[in-house]
Amino acid sequence: MSVELDVFVGNTTIMDKEVYQLWLNGYTVNDAVKVRIEGGVMEECEASAEVLLSDTMDQYRTFQMCERLLHHPAKLANQLLFQIPPDRQAMLIERYALACQFNSLDFVIIQFQTFICISLFRYYAFDDLFVREVLGKKLSKGTKKDLDDVSIKTGITLKSCRRQFDNFKRVFKVVEELKGPLVENIRQHFLLPDQLARDYAAIVFFANHRFETGKKKLQYLTFQDFAFCAGQLINNWTVGAVDNMMEDMDVDLDKEFLQDLKDLKILITDKDLLDQHKNLVCTALRGKTNVFNEMEANFKNLSRGLVNIAAKLINAKDVRDFFIDLVEKFIEPCRSDKLTSIDVNLYLTHYTNSAHILDTFKHHAVWTRYMGVIKSCILRMYHD
Amino acid sequence: MPGKLKAKIVAGRHLPVMDRASDLTDAFVEVKFGNTTFKTDVYPKSLNPQWNSEWFKFEVDDEDLQDEPLQITVLDHDTYSANDAIGKVYIDIDPLLCSEAATVISGWLPIYDTIHGIRGEINVLVKVDLFNDLNRFRQSSCGVKFFCTTSIPRCYRAVMVHGFVEELVVNEDPEYQWIDRIRTPRASNEARQRLIFLMSGELQRKIGLKVLEMGGNAVVGYLQCFDLEGESGLVVRAIGTACTLEKISTFPATATHPNNSSPSKDMKEPGFGEEAPGVPLSSGPPTPLRAQTFSSFSPSKSYSRQSSSSDTELSLTPKTVGHLCHFCMIPPSPFCVFQEYPFFTLTAFPPGFLLHVGGVESARSVKLLDRIHNPDEPETRDAWWEEIRQEIKSHAKALGCHAVVGYSESTSICEEVCILSASGTAAVLSSRFMQDGPLDTEHRFEEVVSPGCGFCHIPYDELNIPFPAQLTYCYCCRRYKVPDVLFTTIDLPTEANVTGKGCLIQARLCRTKKKAQGEGNATAISSLLPFLEYELHTQLMNKLKLRGMNALFGLRIQISVGETMLLGLASATGVYLTALPSPGGIQIAGKTPSDITYEQHISTMQKKINDTIDKNKELYEINPPEVVEEIIGSPIPEPRQRSRLFRSHSESSDEVSELDLSHGKKDAFVLEIDDTDAVEDIHALLTDSPTPAGFYSCNTEIMPGIQNWTSAIQMFTSVRVFRLNANLTNQGLNKIFSDLCENLLKSLYFKLRSMVPCCLCHLNFTVAIPEDELIQVAVTAVAMSFDKEQPLENGKQSGEKTLIKGKHRPLKAMSGIFPPHLSFLSSLSPSLSLALLLSTASSLEKASPLPEGRSRSLRSNRSYSGSSVAVVKMTPLSFIPGAKIIKYLGIINMFFIRETSSLREEGGVSGFLHTFIAEVFAMVRAHVAALGGNAVVSYSMKECVFMENPNKNQAQCLINVSGDAVIFVRESELESTSVQTQSATTHTSNATL
Repeated sequence: MSVELDVFVGNTTIMDKEVYQLWLNGYTVNDAVKVRIEGGVMEECEASAEVLLSDTMDQYRTFQMCERLLHHPAKLANQLLFQIPPDRQAMLIERYALACQFNSLDFVIIQFQTFICISLFRYYAFDDLFVREVLGKKLSKGTKKDLDDVSIKTGITLKSCRRQFDNFKRVFKVVEELKGPLVENIRQHFLLPDQLARDYAAIVFFANHRFETGKKKLQYLTFQDFAFCAGQLINNWTVGAVDNMMEDMDVDLDKEFLQDLKDLKILITDKDLLDQHKNLVCTALRGKTNVFNEMEANFKNLSRGLVNIAAKLINAKDVRDFFIDLVEKFIEPCRSDKLTSIDVNLYLTHYTNSAHILDTFKHHAVWTRYMGVIKSCILRMYHD
Repeated sequence: MPGKLKAKIVAGRHLPVMDRASDLTDAFVEVKFGNTTFKTDVYPKSLNPQWNSEWFKFEVDDEDLQDEPLQITVLDHDTYSANDAIGKVYIDIDPLLCSEAATVISGWLPIYDTIHGIRGEINVLVKVDLFNDLNRFRQSSCGVKFFCTTSIPRCYRAVMVHGFVEELVVNEDPEYQWIDRIRTPRASNEARQRLIFLMSGELQRKIGLKVLEMGGNAVVGYLQCFDLEGESGLVVRAIGTACTLEKISTFPATATHPNNSSPSKDMKEPGFGEEAPGVPLSSGPPTPLRAQTFSSFSPSKSYSRQSSSSDTELSLTPKTVGHLCHFCMIPPSPFCVFQEYPFFTLTAFPPGFLLHVGGVESARSVKLLDRIHNPDEPETRDAWWEEIRQEIKSHAKALGCHAVVGYSESTSICEEVCILSASGTAAVLSSRFMQDGPLDTEHRFEEVVSPGCGFCHIPYDELNIPFPAQLTYCYCCRRYKVPDVLFTTIDLPTEANVTGKGCLIQARLCRTKKKAQGEGNATAISSLLPFLEYELHTQLMNKLKLRGMNALFGLRIQISVGETMLLGLASATGVYLTALPSPGGIQIAGKTPSDITYEQHISTMQKKINDTIDKNKELYEINPPEVVEEIIGSPIPEPRQRSRLFRSHSESSDEVSELDLSHGKKDAFVLEIDDTDAVEDIHALLTDSPTPAGFYSCNTEIMPGIQNWTSAIQMFTSVRVFRLNANLTNQGLNKIFSDLCENLLKSLYFKLRSMVPCCLCHLNFTVAIPEDELIQVAVTAVAMSFDKEQPLENGKQSGEKTLIKGKHRPLKAMSGIFPPHLSFLSSLSPSLSLALLLSTASSLEKASPLPEGRSRSLRSNRSYSGSSVAVVKMTPLSFIPGAKIIKYLGIINMFFIRETSSLREEGGVSGFLHTFIAEVFAMVRAHVAALGGNAVVSYSMKECVFMENPNKNQAQCLINVSGDAVIFVRESELESTSVQTQSATTHTSNATL
């Protein structure tokens, strides 16, 4: 004796947010039922385990049906299969919410799209722990095969890992071909909230340039650190950053700029210029910090490090090592000298500004564009 | 050429990829009506083609307009091989043929394929120019309005109710033709879908003609069914009530009517004419045999004689096996000539129309199917139904009633055996409204009695009472006699006096049967039927008493036949009618009172029962005023003045034990425990789990005792199939079947927990035995939230109330349901909304549906990214709480077949059916929206035939749904915007697109 078939279909699609989260987390139906039982939903609603199982299976099926649509969120707005009406009840809640915080535009959207929004938002949400593992890796079949290791390492179910990975890949595939600003493209095509779209932009950007993030020295950095840096790079070093009208995209770094970076080498190759630069920085720093001596002693070393990174960026292979280079060439030396982030900030500010006073140094625009990003990246990465 | 049909193909969207190489599609469209076909250009390499075709014009007879659907086929152009079909859309033109319904069909309709399901959408425009045809001998019946609603539709007034109309058409089932062996499944399914569309069209046209003949202009309570008889053919039959309706034009006046939950109160004093003259009891006193075989539910009748009479009948007419109820045929009374069957498919009536209710009557007959030789003359099927209707008619007469209300017909088919069933409620309708024939015998009812109890008063002569019953004076007016219980198939009259709330009561029964063939099988079934029905009634009666109630409304008994078993499911809504006497308790009597432990056992059980009754009375708020009881003569001598209940076992004894454990002072129902079966029966009686707190359920339109509905409604369909083990006993089967239904209900309560407090209304269970050892139960119902507080006087106040409630809701709903209640605002970041494309969504915010519908279709040919999908409400009820239906757009009657040969890949049987039902809903909604509507009322899923073959990884399902497409306006908005809406209505009808 067994239930052969069991379905429930409402004219209005009913979705349980708790079960949705369990599904996203890759729980099997049976595990999800266990979690729900522990959650006490049974006592609350006078239900039996059987009822709970039936409900969970039903919900899972609904999510699976939704999943196809979630892969093409732009279609969600006018899909006909699931009806998610602006409920009067819901409207009232929103009107209440409106009074508290939302402006009138939000109101309309929430009314019609909350459901879509929420499910998308959650479907495309990812674990920082997971993304940290695959960040900068090629989004290929090979990487996907290694996901079981990632799953074991992070404790995230394989199903969930796969979904997250596939999301990355899907977004990557779509925006790869598109022109215009990366974040905006993601936001429009996948209807994602701003922050999530930015995160996806970072992931796509990292995957595209295959930035090395897995080295031991980089382990202390979180995904948010990298996402921040990616944002800096996207906003300042890509083609789209200088000229929005350019028919190129945000994903690639500005080749011309990288070429120009080679000119910065003069700062370390020209002995006079190097000394002059050092003097200017030291004059400015003197008396303003406790670690002045260390800074003075290390100046040439640090300067060489930063300028060399700049000069090498023209090679795609060296771009991959960008973050590891920053850590090895700058962050580690500073850290061993016990500089605080305030010291680093101070040092980088004067280091950047002083270069402009140098008589023979002519590459001001490139320098500003380069150091702006370097400075904010280093400051973000300068923590334990 | 009295009609010109015009169609325009605007655009497509979300088309599937048909060319793997380019990941694109070269789509074009074929538009076909009758034998004429037009094609659009090929729109190359796009999944969102913009055809913007010219107007395709079909000049056709209106007869064809009624019969044929417009067929739209979307294809992928292929230069080298045959074009691949993407999918089809069938459009029923009927709503456009009636001046008062829709004027244009315009919108996005899902493209459907029987193998792949929905594959994108197509935007079309369809219009009809109709020329008047004054030909007297015309075959068309354009303009007759059809309603599924089983009451006079809101916004109409019944000028006259003409009476019963019926028709059936038969054809060969394409699936069983020889050609099917070489056809692809797709072609076969499409042939079937098309045929059924055609047959429904034809049927509707023929019924329409009958209505015109009778002088009517509408059919209300239109019920159309399919009988898939397999090799012997396909029968499409329909019944309905012909009426002359008049649109209520002054709708702002009625709109302000405070009561929204009564279907009939909006009506002005209705006029009724020349329908169903009363039948006097002219055929002399009923014979004992008649009394015996009566199908009204009297508890103390015995079936023994009846079943034997079935047997005699059997030998005489081998094809017509085993009528449940046999009557000596009464020659038609002269008063009947004019209306052959005084039947009404309506279940709710304008006040004053329904005078008295006699009780439920039903008739069943078992038939052997044979091939339909001449489809143009479906005489056999007609004759079968004729017989049954005659029987029902004579039952009514015996009850002193001249009419049958809440009438319906159904079939159950297994192989070549078919059970035909008809049921209804015998009633006396007001002769005040009748034009001729003052009926002397009816004079005693002419006096105006209180509307709250009048319908309960017995219509039959108490001296010639057709069955044993206890009569008392009405507890309301104390002037007329009423029976002790009342069973009916109609809705609870709105004016009825009811104490407390009602609840769903179900009797469930399974009986095993030996496998047999042909006549032997039919004989076996017909001999089982009486027992099945008797036990169902017993169960219903016991459960009713257990809840302390005395009347059943909306009773629907379904008997389903399989190869090795019979399934019976009776559903009804129990209520306590104030006019009827309070029911006695249930008393258990042991047969061998010698044993002390045994007696203890009995007394604990008795205590349990008494406790349950008390608990139920509290739960359903049944506390009738205590009145001095006086029992008046019951025609059958009852020494103990007690209705006894015997199990249908041969050894059951007439001895009534002297134990006096009866509940209260009332006469109790005696349950004798003489074997283990009875113990289990009582056990089963007590194990019906109560509904969880905050939930109520009923299978009628409205729940007595609840008025203040909120606008939150959720219509749903749930289907379960259960596989049984072989070799189960009757007891085991019963338990499994009962648990299946109970668990299904429990699941529903759990699913809908966020809507508490709420009532599941119109719970409609359908059982089937799709295969040996499989039981299928399908439920369609609507969950409606209500406010626990006192009913509110005006809309403004209710707004405030709901707002307050809205604020509290999230806390309550924290158990975690997504919309409708959006209990998770906290997780919404304001930035989230920015991510959405929002531009046009605002047009939906205003709930005035008309302009919205238009604007949607107008902008639809622009980029798809901005438009939102209009919300279409669906409900099996005839009304939408808190809203006013301002226009009926026509009947929706759709039939779909879905087949798969990759069952596992589609998520198994559940995944397959889940998707299919969701798709059917989506298609219904899209077609309603295209008509300009925003809701479907009186929605029902009349057929859900599911077949699987897991070994071959295949499954097939047929679904038939129907309902009325309507436009509704929220009552709160109506007052302020009524004038605007009206202008909007006129505006729309003028709008040319």
